[in-house]
Order: sequence, then C-alpha cells, then structure tokens
Amino acid sequence: MSIMQYNGGSTIAMVGKDCVAIACDLRLGNQALGISSNFEKIFAMTERTYIGLPGLATDVTTLHEQLRYRLNMYTIKEERTMEPETFIHLVSSTLYEKRWGPYFIEPVLAGLQRMPGGSFRPFIASTDLIGCINFAKDFVVAGTASEKLFGVAEGLWEPDLAPEDLFETISQTLLNAVDRDAYSGWGAVVYVITEDKVIKRTLKGRMD
Amino acid sequence: MNSFADRFATTGTAAELRRIKEYVADDEDVSDSMWGSEAGFGTMAHGAPDFMVPSVPDPAAFLRLHTDDHADPSCRIKIKHGTTTLAFRYKGGVIVAVDSRATAGSYVASGTVKKVIEINPYLLGTMAGGAADCQYWETYLGMQCRLHELRNHERISVAAASKYLSNLVYSYKGMGLSMGTMICGWDKTGPAIFYVDSDGTRLKGDLFSVGSGSTFAYGVLDQGYHWDLTDEEAQELGRRSIYAAGHRDAFSGNTINLYHVKEQGWQFIGNYDVSEMHYNGPTGTQGYGYSVRVEGRSSANPPV
Repeated sequence: MSIMQYNGGSTIAMVGKDCVAIACDLRLGNQALGISSNFEKIFAMTERTYIGLPGLATDVTTLHEQLRYRLNMYTIKEERTMEPETFIHLVSSTLYEKRWGPYFIEPVLAGLQRMPGGSFRPFIASTDLIGCINFAKDFVVAGTASEKLFGVAEGLWEPDLAPEDLFETISQTLLNAVDRDAYSGWGAVVYVITEDKVIKRTLKGRMD
Repeated sequence: MNSFADRFATTGTAAELRRIKEYVADDEDVSDSMWGSEAGFGTMAHGAPDFMVPSVPDPAAFLRLHTDDHADPSCRIKIKHGTTTLAFRYKGGVIVAVDSRATAGSYVASGTVKKVIEINPYLLGTMAGGAADCQYWETYLGMQCRLHELRNHERISVAAASKYLSNLVYSYKGMGLSMGTMICGWDKTGPAIFYVDSDGTRLKGDLFSVGSGSTFAYGVLDQGYHWDLTDEEAQELGRRSIYAAGHRDAFSGNTINLYHVKEQGWQFIGNYDVSEMHYNGPTGTQGYGYSVRVEGRSSANPPV
C-alpha cells in the first residue's frame, strides 16, 4: 500500500468559458476505515486562486500552512496579490525543496489570471509530488481516483462551458469517478470561480 | 496363454472379474472419503473434478507468484476481494445479509455482485474471499446435495453439507483457494449455520460475520442481537449491520441483499441501496446515517 493512498481522497479542476471550477471529495480515511466525511482538500489562496491538495492528510495541513506563509510574505513585500501562474511556480519550488523527502501531495490549482488589459484568463495546473508542473488546457486530476477521473472527464468535458454547465460537468465527473474508487467519496465540494464571484456548493454523495 | 486377448474378451473369468469390479466401484467422481468416513483425513483430491495445473514443480507457488495473495498487492493479476457478509440464528430462523461490492485493488469492479449463493431451496451459502472459488464450489456442493437426496430419499443436513464442503476445500489446502463462507439452512434439527473457510476451519454457531467489514457488522450485530427477536426486528438488524460495514469499510457497500431462512425454506427479502439507507432508511422516513440523525439537534450540527 502506497503512502499516497493512506488517507484517500481526490481532486479535479476544469476550464470553462471565462471561468474555472475545482472540486474535491470529503473522505478522510485510515486505509480501508473511513474516519471523516468532512475533510476538505481545497483551500482559497487568493480571491481568485484555489488549490486542491489531495494526498497524505498530515501533509495537506503542513503544505497548506507553508504555502499560506510564503504567499503572505510575497503579498507583504510586493504589495500585490499573487497571480495563479506565479503561485504554481511557488508550489513547484516548495515541493522540489523536499526532493529527497517529499510531501506526499499532488496539488491541483485553479484560478483566474489577471491580464495586462485588466481582463481575466482561466488558468489551471497541477504538479506531481516533487513539483513537476503540468499546464493543461482542459482539466487536471489528482488523488486515489485520478485514473477514474481521467476517464470520466475525457468523456464529459467540452470547451467553452458556461459557469452553470461547468458546474454540472465537474460535479458529475467527480461524483461518478469516486463511486468507482474505494478510497474516495463520502460527499464532495465544488467551487466555480468567475470574474465577479466564487460559488461554493457542497454535494450529497454516496456514503459507502 | 494369450493375455492380450484375455484382457478384451467378453467371456471367461477375467471378464467376469472386470464386470464385478465395475459394479462395485463408485460410479460417480466422488469417493466415500469425502463424507468423512476416513475421519476427514483421507486423500480426497481424487473425489472432486481435477484441474489442469501449470507444468512446474510447484503449481501453488507459481500461482502465488502471479496473483495477489493479500501479502503482495503489487501483483498484476488481482483476485476480487473485500466483502461484508453475516448470518445469525434466532427464534424465527436464520437471517443472511451481505453487501454487493467487488473490488480489485482500489477499483470498485462491481456494485451488483450476488454474494448469497442459493444452493437449493433450503440451503444458502455466502461468498467472501475469492468470488470464483465460492461460486464454483458452492454450486458444486449443490450438485452433491441433490445426489444425496436421490441416494437417501432425505434432504441433506446443514451439518453434512458444510462438512462436505470443508473436507473438499481441505483437500486443496495450500493450493491458494480463498473462501470464507457460511452455510445456512433449515434441516430436521431446526435452523443452523456453519462457518467454513479455505483453511479447513468449520464452526457451528449462532452468529457469524465474515469479510473486511465484519468488525463493523459485529459491532451493530452484537449490540442488537438476542434469541427472541421478531422477524421484522431480525431483518432490520441484518440490514442495519451490513449498512454499518458498507458505510465505514472502503471495500464494502453499494447494495444489501437480505435473506430469511424459515422452516419452509429460504426467502429473498430484498435489495437495499446503502446510500439510500444512509439518507432515507428502509421506509424512507429515517436514515441510518450519523449526520442524518444529529443534523439540527445542536449548534455543533446546524441544519444544512
């Protein structure tokens, strides 16, 4: 049994038209035993940047605190908020710092990147546990249900989805993928990020 | 003397002897030793259908090398594992309840497995461990039980049927069979349950649970069990116990299959979705789920 599967859990992010969505399940387990159905793996880093941290639960907390600290230091020194594309590089170098004793986390990031003209561009990315960045144009997945998420997302995702359609797509993808994974599930949370608001919804999922 | 001609002649002493031998010998592929007449210690493998084995010095070791034998989950060939099954005896008969999930590693391969094997109208077998092993040998047990009826003009007892199975799997000990089963039924002694596994263990008892989720099921079962349960109470206890396992155990869940064995034979009570039980319960009025029961009861659990 891999340490990456010790606590279970999965995350997914998708690009839509002028919006992005990121979602995770709520299970925290100790191998086969389910412990909590209220363990959120997605954290708001800035107003328009959200990061999902599936993997070893102890590292979820540690890495989240570490990233929050570094992001705050940047914000104070630079007197501006960090853009998602910059943030994923911060995540990457934070992870690579522990190249020979890594955090057992595969982060997934979703955000809106501010463009020079003042408009916003959807941005998603993911990295492996030592910080190799994957800039995807459609969707990124991670966690114990990643293979199943890839399969369902490949079938359901299409370009230029409006926020409500993107919500439906990412919700169905996550819910159906985790039902085929023994270590993920027990409810889900979905964030849809648009230029003027962020919508958070808690989904009812199968409880087995 | 022409021994070759003798061997195939239809008349003469040799032919006579051959006919007697054919008449006396068992005409089925089952030896008497299977019935415990050698105190369960005979060489019994010849009594069951024989299988092709890989031509290597140790076929069991070869199989173990290439399948996931619990000890080595990295193996490419995964045998489906993970289950919760339970059976208990009470005043009104036997309750048998099982889940329906089959997993291969962390992949939920199926959510609609029939883990209760209907051996005959009076006998049920449950399935835990290797799905194929349970299915094959319990079906085979059904054939042998029918032959017993034809031979003896009497239904086989649960004790005899379970002993037949345990002697059979014992003859394959060390070959990699994996099964943990409960043989449940009603015979002239009343309701009966025998636990039989592939190690050769055979236990008579009132209450058993088998599989990765058995500890969760035992928790609920022990708490609610007593001999004088009504039929409705007993069925509810079986259902509630499997739900508990389906909820907490990653390798159990999807649906619950519930059976009731009575004097007139077994009866299928129903198929229940574990998630449906969590949110709404069997009657649709009160869910089993902890969060469902505590919601809105205190400031720590505010209404959603």
